[in-house]
Amino acid sequence: MWKWLTTLYHRLGSPKWFYQITGRWLPWFAISALVLLSVGLVWGLVYAPMDYQQGNSFRIIYLHVPSAILAQSIYVMMAIAGVVLLVWKMKMADVVAQSMAPIGAGMTFMALATGAIWGVPTWGTWWMWDARLTSMLILFFLYLGLIALREALKPQEVAAKACALLAIVGVINIPIIKYSVDWWYTLHQPATFTLTQKPAMPASMWLPLLIMVLGFYALLGWSVLLRARAEVLLRERKSGWVRETLEKK
Amino acid sequence: MTPKRKKKLALIGLMLSALAIAVGLTLYALSANINLFFAPTQIVQGEAPLDREIRAGGMVVDGSVQRDSDSLNVRFAVTDYNAEIWINYDKILPDLFREGQGVVVVGRLNETGEIVASQVLARHDENYMPPEVAAALEAAGQMPDHSPFRNQAPQNQY
Repeated sequence: MWKWLTTLYHRLGSPKWFYQITGRWLPWFAISALVLLSVGLVWGLVYAPMDYQQGNSFRIIYLHVPSAILAQSIYVMMAIAGVVLLVWKMKMADVVAQSMAPIGAGMTFMALATGAIWGVPTWGTWWMWDARLTSMLILFFLYLGLIALREALKPQEVAAKACALLAIVGVINIPIIKYSVDWWYTLHQPATFTLTQKPAMPASMWLPLLIMVLGFYALLGWSVLLRARAEVLLRERKSGWVRETLEKK
Repeated sequence: MTPKRKKKLALIGLMLSALAIAVGLTLYALSANINLFFAPTQIVQGEAPLDREIRAGGMVVDGSVQRDSDSLNVRFAVTDYNAEIWINYDKILPDLFREGQGVVVVGRLNETGEIVASQVLARHDENYMPPEVAAALEAAGQMPDHSPFRNQAPQNQY
């Protein structure tokens, strides 16, 4: 298993292999994203029970929590890709990081927006400068900074290194987001899901949420692969294999 | 791993830990400002400034809500299970406001030690449940605790 993983890792490091292998993965990600998201959405928005205090407005959790989880884990993945680029000089890591940045920014925006919409009926305000909301806003600006930095620097290798460094430095913000609700008094409630305790909601509520989270991850895989494959073709446009694949189509 | 890569990896690790310490110390130094609200105990002990806009948070004391019959004026007490503080408010309360529920109020502390609020926000907890489950738990006296002051709170008070 370990050997298989290391071979896969080295193969994915080559642009040509990356393009071929991920081409086979694409339909699986696409199908699982579509199935999981449609099941999760209908289950969560229609069939899951409503909350005893918040009523139906609680259902926005089925968009808010998955987007917030993705916003943070995409950033961690980008930081890991940054380490791989800086230490092992694997250029494909940079392609993946570049493909992830706009999706991460979109997820962070979605978490902030759904949180604001949720805040109006429950808290009575759509924004409060509490530690959780503010650190999440900082994450959004980090994503925007990563996108801007990439556009601002030339040549590509310099931009890649700078973005990798910024991604690694910014990873400090992730534990701050995660533990903000435990370290300080905030308006935002503590986490409903932790690895150590059973969820603070019944299975009829958390099962559709789990399906939504998996669906969001499948959607992430699908969209990142689509973007990364296009970027590989663009970066390798002068090589023979790209010309061959494009001619075949 | 080649020595050069090892060195680079160590350098990144060193940079991250130095940064984490710096950020950690800054956040620790600023923690009084990062806390969104003062707990009633802090206000009673005089940590909150008089006549300046502050935020206070706590649980609405059961049976403390007094509504004026001919205006929106409302008075209620907020507690962290250690000290209590009275709040005066004259606007519309959020839907989730009720006795035993967490709130954050924005307002000014006056000389009598009461807060004149300009805004009341409801704070909800991380426990979600269907109405039937909530009714069953309530009947059995097993309702989970809603307070941000969990460590001081007597278990299952509400």
